[in-house]
Amino acid sequence: MTRQVYLDNNATTMPAPEVVEEMLPFFTEKYGNPSSIHTFGSSVAGDIDLARERVAQLFNCTPSEVVFTSCGTESNNYALRGAAGAQPEKTHIITTMVEHPAILTTCRSLQRRGYNILELPVDRKGRLDLDRLAEAITDQTLVVTVMYANNETGTVFPVEKVGEIVKSRGCLFHIDAVQVPGKLPVDVNKIPADMISISAHKFHGPKGVGALYVRRGTRLRRFMTGGHQERGRRGGTENVPGVVGMGKACELAISSIEEERKIVAARRDSLEQGILKAIPNCAINGDIESRLPNTTNIGFEFIEGEAILLMMDRKGISASSGSACTSGSLEPSHVLRAMGVDFKSMHGSIRFSLSRYTTDDDVDYVLDKLPPLIARLREISPFGMHARLPETAPR
Amino acid sequence: MGWDYTEITLDHFMNPRNVGEIKDADGVGEVGSIACGDMLKLFLKIDESGVIQDAKFQTFGCGSAIASSSMLTEMIKGRTVDEAAKVGNQEIAAALGGLPPAKMHCSVMGREALEAAIADYHGETVGHEEDEEESAIVCHCYGVTYEQVRRAIVENELRNVQDITNYTKAGGGCQTCHLDLQEILDEVLKAGGEAPVTENSESAAVPLTNIQKMLKVQQTIDTVIAPALLRDGGGIELVDILGNVVQVRLTGACASCAVSEMTMRHFVEEKLRQEVSPELDVEEIK
Repeated sequence: MTRQVYLDNNATTMPAPEVVEEMLPFFTEKYGNPSSIHTFGSSVAGDIDLARERVAQLFNCTPSEVVFTSCGTESNNYALRGAAGAQPEKTHIITTMVEHPAILTTCRSLQRRGYNILELPVDRKGRLDLDRLAEAITDQTLVVTVMYANNETGTVFPVEKVGEIVKSRGCLFHIDAVQVPGKLPVDVNKIPADMISISAHKFHGPKGVGALYVRRGTRLRRFMTGGHQERGRRGGTENVPGVVGMGKACELAISSIEEERKIVAARRDSLEQGILKAIPNCAINGDIESRLPNTTNIGFEFIEGEAILLMMDRKGISASSGSACTSGSLEPSHVLRAMGVDFKSMHGSIRFSLSRYTTDDDVDYVLDKLPPLIARLREISPFGMHARLPETAPR
Repeated sequence: MGWDYTEITLDHFMNPRNVGEIKDADGVGEVGSIACGDMLKLFLKIDESGVIQDAKFQTFGCGSAIASSSMLTEMIKGRTVDEAAKVGNQEIAAALGGLPPAKMHCSVMGREALEAAIADYHGETVGHEEDEEESAIVCHCYGVTYEQVRRAIVENELRNVQDITNYTKAGGGCQTCHLDLQEILDEVLKAGGEAPVTENSESAAVPLTNIQKMLKVQQTIDTVIAPALLRDGGGIELVDILGNVVQVRLTGACASCAVSEMTMRHFVEEKLRQEVSPELDVEEIK
């Protein structure tokens, strides 16, 4: 069997064994409804409380400020649509060109309902111009929504500074922090955000559960009408196994930040340096000064990303690409386009995203398999002759 | 979204045949560009009797672009130039055991490179159609001409704008040419003696009752017109129907658009006339 090396952890992660273990009883004997009057059901409410406390610890907030949702996309929808519903007189929303579709599509949907949406540009490294952001805020601005870290390049936005600017102007500040838990702190005592979206499956929790931090006093129109669950903010019987799993994943994420910063970042760096050394004509997309510890996005000139992914896939390596051919549309990634990445490498950009389960052997395996594969595709490419010869012969 | 490639396609991708260039080629064809995300350069070695002795290629592109190029070279080697000229994109795709719909443009790129190489052999250049209309660019994002779109429609029996994008890439970028693509499509279908894909033949025959007409107008707006406007960030609401006058309100980007007047006449009205009744007039309520 081919070896499997999973380097697509910004897409989703392996559920931690500890998470799965805590979830299992809720699929079998502990199936009660937490809203029930009887002990069999109501005892489960205690498990939800514990999970909420654990999520609150991740945010360093109080448990009542945590709303469980079904995913990061729902959290983002709830934040923007909930804010719009509570303050209908404000019709201006500021975001960035490099947000996840969960934000951009929601903004465009609001735009069709008459909202003015400003998508702030980024520079070549994917950084925001904070002065421009400050100038853009008006009395009409309902909310500024900015991601904490970019899913494609790993570029981290200075959310503390953004928050200071936004809060000094009196509008709401929402952060899409889906890529961040377990990698960087998400401390609401340091980051002046009103709302923060996260999703469990991005940090070794289960799929189908997310959360929105809502700072006390923030007015949001309820997103899902129904029962009294989530203090009436989101009706519907809780996804108990998911919520429990998310709680455990948050606990693990808090304690893994150090490991992530030292060990995962070191592995990412050795993968990145190994690739840059063995393969000519490739460059990092993103801001290496301010980046998630697990992500590298590398543009390979003169070849196309889908072809690279397909060849890697045949070797058991899973990664992803911002190339047009993998997105199901003909346009390459909106993030790389917004950054103005050179078209020579835009179509050949590959994202490698590691996790704490990635091993040194995994990195070595990729460094062994990738260079000849890139060289082969460049032989096929009409532009391949423009590539410099490798400094060391491909292994 | 995983890969939906056949074993033959995967084989021609992983083990492409005839990669490289022919230094003293008798015909060279080059299509696409690095900015557009795929490019194919085809080299032909042709003997005195007009037989293709050798064919080689270089491709920048995805798996199916490489596989289509490889298959193309295998299909034309040993054939005369005249025989090879008959190879169409459908045959390239079929030889690969089929391509996913969104990848059909890879086979079209193969056919275009082949044509360019044969034209080069004959001392001609393609892409300089005499007719100005034919060489006019329809899709500016991908530099696709009227003639390329028209041929793809005819040769592949395309029936909607999404098909055109799958086969030619036209309309895959900013999407502002979608109405133009629809017009070319309608034109080709009409010229081919085929009515545009609508159900108006039956509706024209039997007069609609008022309620049928209203339902049909609403349905056409919901399923045909609104989705098309949505692609440009616009929307449309049905306000009222008075006799044969359909009153609508444009919303979103369409409401403030300077060309909305044109959108109304050319698109909404045309669609409603096609789908519901040729008698209808459209009125915009601001």
